Amino acid sequence: MSRLLPIAVASLALFPLAALAGDPAIDARNYPGPAWSPYIVGAGIGVLSWLTFYFSDKPIGASSFYAQVAGFIGKFFSKRHTQSLAYFKENPPRIGWEFVFVLATIAGGFLAAWTGGEFENEWLSPMWTARFGDSIALRAVVAVGGGVVMAFGARLAGGCTSGHGISGTMQLNVASWLAVVCFFIGGIAVAIPLFFL
Amino acid sequence: MIDPGKAVKTSSDKEPSPVAPTGKLIGGVIFGLAFGFLLQKGGVGKYHILLGQLLLQDWTVVKIMMTAIVVGMVGVFVLHHFAKINLHLKPTKLASNIIGGLLFGAGFALIGYCPGTGAVALGQGSWDALFGMAGLVAGSWLYAELSGTLKKSVEKWGDLGKLTLADALHIPPGAVVAIMAVLLTGVLFALERFFPR
Repeated sequence: MSRLLPIAVASLALFPLAALAGDPAIDARNYPGPAWSPYIVGAGIGVLSWLTFYFSDKPIGASSFYAQVAGFIGKFFSKRHTQSLAYFKENPPRIGWEFVFVLATIAGGFLAAWTGGEFENEWLSPMWTARFGDSIALRAVVAVGGGVVMAFGARLAGGCTSGHGISGTMQLNVASWLAVVCFFIGGIAVAIPLFFL
Repeated sequence: MIDPGKAVKTSSDKEPSPVAPTGKLIGGVIFGLAFGFLLQKGGVGKYHILLGQLLLQDWTVVKIMMTAIVVGMVGVFVLHHFAKINLHLKPTKLASNIIGGLLFGAGFALIGYCPGTGAVALGQGSWDALFGMAGLVAGSWLYAELSGTLKKSVEKWGDLGKLTLADALHIPPGAVVAIMAVLLTGVLFALERFFPR
């Protein structure tokens, strides 16, 4: 536990620093807010966790879906090589609970957006355009690169914002609390210069 | 003596079906739909709300996560206490959790979505999520390629096994849940006071 303390202190120190760096030119609050209260949504996700634990014996998680997709693509091109990799030996690509869960998450997002009149049908978010212009190619390069780093990090850390950030933390898992603090430190440390330098 | 039941069981375990049982998958679909619906209504499929959190302008993400943790934590503790559910704890590996967590965060700032909210963004018609998702698949593959080496190196550093805050602090789990619930609720009230959005 003694090793956790400096990390907690460092993260607390980052917050006021980051707030000082803030430039009012681009402010996320100038764009539409959420449809529902974050407390209703958060409580709903908490209750949903009870249900997935009880009925499916699974914690909510999203990142392993992408590894499964990678495994299926790998098996398509070279079955032997894919099966030789340590990660896929332990987690063979499979249409399992996590896989359909994320596919259904896409559908759930559509249903919510459609019923709420929030279906965007756009390639670039207005806040991105305000900062980086309207090149879809630039957005593609940054997002693909970010995705590679993010997924690598998720697999190394053992989960994502859902698996560690919500499901692991609620089980009081030390790994998850450590990981989620690092998610935000890493995210703030890159986002602030990205938007304000 | 040969145990026929056991022999049958091992042979069927050798070739696991690439598709999970239908009942299991139906659970995944229903819970995934609810998850995606809630996240979209919470606004966290929106690029500017996610980036707004990393720029410390919009606190929706933290409010949702903390509420979900408090509600989920209490229910999961009670259900587990009465032996109704299993916990699913990922092992604490200090180096992996920290390095992976920081990389995840850095990627988060670039892509603007996380693995779950990226799926929601796609559902709500924010097509740039497709770039991020492609990157997530590629990054998962990169990890799998290196997983053999990583398991023998980084993932061994500071490997503490399955570890909860209750174990680490030598406090009964129920007490940790109570303390965390009070603490997080207090933080939520403070957040709402200073950051109404």
